Amino acid sequence: MSRRNPEAMERSAESFTRAPKRPRGIDRRDFLKAGGALIIGFSSAGLMAGKLLAQGPPGFRMPGPDPRQIDTWLAIHSDNTATVYIGYVELGQGSTTSLLQVSAEELDFDLTQVSTVRVDTKISPNQGGTYSSSAIARGSPAIRQAAAEARQVLLQMASRRLGAPVDQLTVAKGVVSVMGTPGKSVTYGELIGDKRFDVTITGKAPLKPIAEYKLVGSRPPRNDIPAKVRGTYTYLQHLRLPGMLHGRIVRPRGQGAYGTGAKVKSLDETSIAHIPDARVLRKGDFVGVVAPREWDAVRAARDLKIEWDMPATLPGSDDVYAAMRADKTVDHIVLQRGDVDSAFAASSAAHTASGTYHGPYQAHACFGPNGALADVRADSALLICSSQDVYTTRGTVARLLGMKPEQVRAQYYEGSGTYGHSCYDDAAQAAAILSQLAGKPVRLQFMRWDEHGWDPYGPAHVGEVRIAADANGKIVAYQYDGWHHNWAAVESTEQLALGTPAAEWRLGMAQQVNPAQCGGMYNIPNIKLVNHQVDGLKYLKAAWLRSPLDLSFSFASEQTIDALARMLGMDAYAFRRMNIANERWQGVLDAVADAAKWEPRPPASRLSNAKVASGRGIALGTHLTSFGGAVAEIEVNKETGHVRVRRLYGAIDAGLAVNPAFIENQISGQLVQATSRMLLEEVTFNKTNVTSLDWNSYPILRFGECPEVTPIVVQRIDQRSTGAGEEVMAAAAGAIACAFFDATGVRMTEFPLTPKRVLAALRQS
Amino acid sequence: MATRVKLRVNGVTREVESAPNTPLLYVLTDEMHLQGPRFGCGLAQCGSCSVLLDGSEIRSCVTPVSAADGKSVTTLEGLPKWYAEQKKLAHVPELHPIQQAVIDEQAVQCGYCYNGMMIKAAELLSKNPRPDDRQIRAAMNGHLCRCGSYPRMLRAIHRASEMMRGARSESETADAGGAELAANRATYDAEAAR
Repeated sequence: MSRRNPEAMERSAESFTRAPKRPRGIDRRDFLKAGGALIIGFSSAGLMAGKLLAQGPPGFRMPGPDPRQIDTWLAIHSDNTATVYIGYVELGQGSTTSLLQVSAEELDFDLTQVSTVRVDTKISPNQGGTYSSSAIARGSPAIRQAAAEARQVLLQMASRRLGAPVDQLTVAKGVVSVMGTPGKSVTYGELIGDKRFDVTITGKAPLKPIAEYKLVGSRPPRNDIPAKVRGTYTYLQHLRLPGMLHGRIVRPRGQGAYGTGAKVKSLDETSIAHIPDARVLRKGDFVGVVAPREWDAVRAARDLKIEWDMPATLPGSDDVYAAMRADKTVDHIVLQRGDVDSAFAASSAAHTASGTYHGPYQAHACFGPNGALADVRADSALLICSSQDVYTTRGTVARLLGMKPEQVRAQYYEGSGTYGHSCYDDAAQAAAILSQLAGKPVRLQFMRWDEHGWDPYGPAHVGEVRIAADANGKIVAYQYDGWHHNWAAVESTEQLALGTPAAEWRLGMAQQVNPAQCGGMYNIPNIKLVNHQVDGLKYLKAAWLRSPLDLSFSFASEQTIDALARMLGMDAYAFRRMNIANERWQGVLDAVADAAKWEPRPPASRLSNAKVASGRGIALGTHLTSFGGAVAEIEVNKETGHVRVRRLYGAIDAGLAVNPAFIENQISGQLVQATSRMLLEEVTFNKTNVTSLDWNSYPILRFGECPEVTPIVVQRIDQRSTGAGEEVMAAAAGAIACAFFDATGVRMTEFPLTPKRVLAALRQS
Repeated sequence: MATRVKLRVNGVTREVESAPNTPLLYVLTDEMHLQGPRFGCGLAQCGSCSVLLDGSEIRSCVTPVSAADGKSVTTLEGLPKWYAEQKKLAHVPELHPIQQAVIDEQAVQCGYCYNGMMIKAAELLSKNPRPDDRQIRAAMNGHLCRCGSYPRMLRAIHRASEMMRGARSESETADAGGAELAANRATYDAEAAR
């Protein structure tokens, strides 16, 4: 799809609607076995784990190509190359390149001989959503096994062709040779090029021993970067369809309470009569405008006179914590081990630290607002979107359109980074409805205020934590009580268009007090974690935001650990080391302490009275898997309240790091984004609606204030790969908060650490 | 309403018919199908849509197309040619040094902000061939990155500056290193220890 040349203005529909790079000589549709198979066999564990968010009923049938077939996962071409079909989407984290490393390794191909195609419900395996930093953790076992199975079949074919037993064969760059007879060889392409394997995966093909890895663990560059740098990479926001209209949604500036939504009170279509080509489209309370020219659509959405009925039922961002704490809640014990009450009461609990901590709603705030393209016809629909889970998006859009999922083809194009469930489903649904109403293809682009104002935010949180240690510094009791609400299960478009009542996800992982994050890194005999679920319909629409709730948990828990260490007169590193849960936590703790040259010293606040106080903090953190550690070095201007994070060290142990360079980049980004979330980011709202609608009212960290960062990958080749996209954020959040106390002697109980909040805390002390 | 506007974009003169108050961004993306400048906020807050107008970085999302009439617009796609003109090179290089440096540093994450990042950095380097950290941070402060790639972009600007001064070979790439697997023990890959 060459769009470099401004003259190349003619773009055929075909270039957008077919699989962008069809396997040469093969029609992928004929190539695939019918989908809808019950998931059994090799990949079921991984796939079901991948669907932990979906909570499907028993016997749930995953749509998509049959995962038991080798042909679902890869195709070998006559030119001795392979196309690998991957169910995980590229989000700028490099996972596509990493998964190609895994498949090339197992097939004994060079990295230059393998490529992949974009995720598309017509051709891609359904591996579940690209959630929870799962692309490598859950994606690589399935792809690795499929590649190993393919290699096994190819060796058997080569054995017959070359007249030599399989154990006498060796493979390099897809060329099979007979050992000791260099002239006797055949390529994979010659054996099966552009033909089906037609082989069911046995789950028994031997995997390459890790000791023989050449590609996995190495650091090839990402394959998407050159086009992104040249300006030739096609983001979703660049796509256009022939004969399409530009669409914009019209909603109140800033969402209200999730449960009440918004109702159109009055709408004056004549108010955009000065834009003759623009049309208003409406379904229920869902309103949009379309126009052949983009600027006309933008102006029409801006100028349309519309009044909304929005009840003033929100608590407001200033009072949200008190409201949550006062709410009637559904309580649930997440973890109980030992006897916490007796342990806190016992004389051995020599020191007890406790506190109440608050974390705000924060936005995904995608840098390029979400959008989608839809071409809805009478009996079929094409949907091009940035969903992290195209199969699930296809299902909900089909339901909205009154179609069967099979009638909708959903294709993934990368947008800007999404960091969790941003507005991509909302945008996909809205584009589909606009196209259905317009009877034409529609390209919908959210405006900045749509994205900031109608994001499913990471929810606000209140945490009460109490931790006790004995006189020797051993932690004896830990209790965490957390208040927050669950994620939204119904998108705003559906709510507005069909009147579907707002509903929340059932309680599940990453929506409750997290046992891995709250005390999980320490060896604690008596622990109790209680989740207090408030009614999310009274608050803002929420969803998973990178490292969901973990920054809040870490802010509360790691600060309390820090306070306990100080009560004991112990060094914050030494106290953690003494109570560490296992060697993998110890590995990341030692890694960041070494990198930061951590040495015991008295609290910085006692060493200096300078106007600009320096401090340091150390903390551990995770999401669901993997192990993260961080050290922060910060400065606090006690006159202005300005906090500057000067330097961050972050370490992760994510098991076998397929490409350590990509993980370093992920750590680096996590450290910077965590700084932004701890110092600046906060969704504000009054009783009616959200008021943080752009980069001025929802500021993020800028270039000038960016800390220096040191990312450290703890490579463990004997451990299975786990997530690497989230786990250092919580550690960094805790480290920054602990560093603030070190610098000032004052404990912050609410973030972000804005100058106003910091000055108030310093004055109170 | 619509008037004809004459624009010189990446060295090619084009006439477009557009309402004069249409932001330049929509002309570049919808009429000329360029993929460098892109929509980010429409409010001149983020830098996604940046282009060079007669060599100075502007936000095309709030600049009316009429303001560019008769002027020279350079987008990301045109940076190598613009660089060649500035440096009076005999041939247009494949990439502007900042583009090569961004690849060498593997600075990009999602990459959406990199249009503006590279446009702004190219402008900075054209005015100050040897910026220090403080000058880079000040110049780049109006360009946001949600992925948090600033530290690598900082390195990329230094690298490009060195390339432009001939202090570093343009073909030299970072991190070419191969597998570093040490069996049965943890190894540390400390990037910024350099």
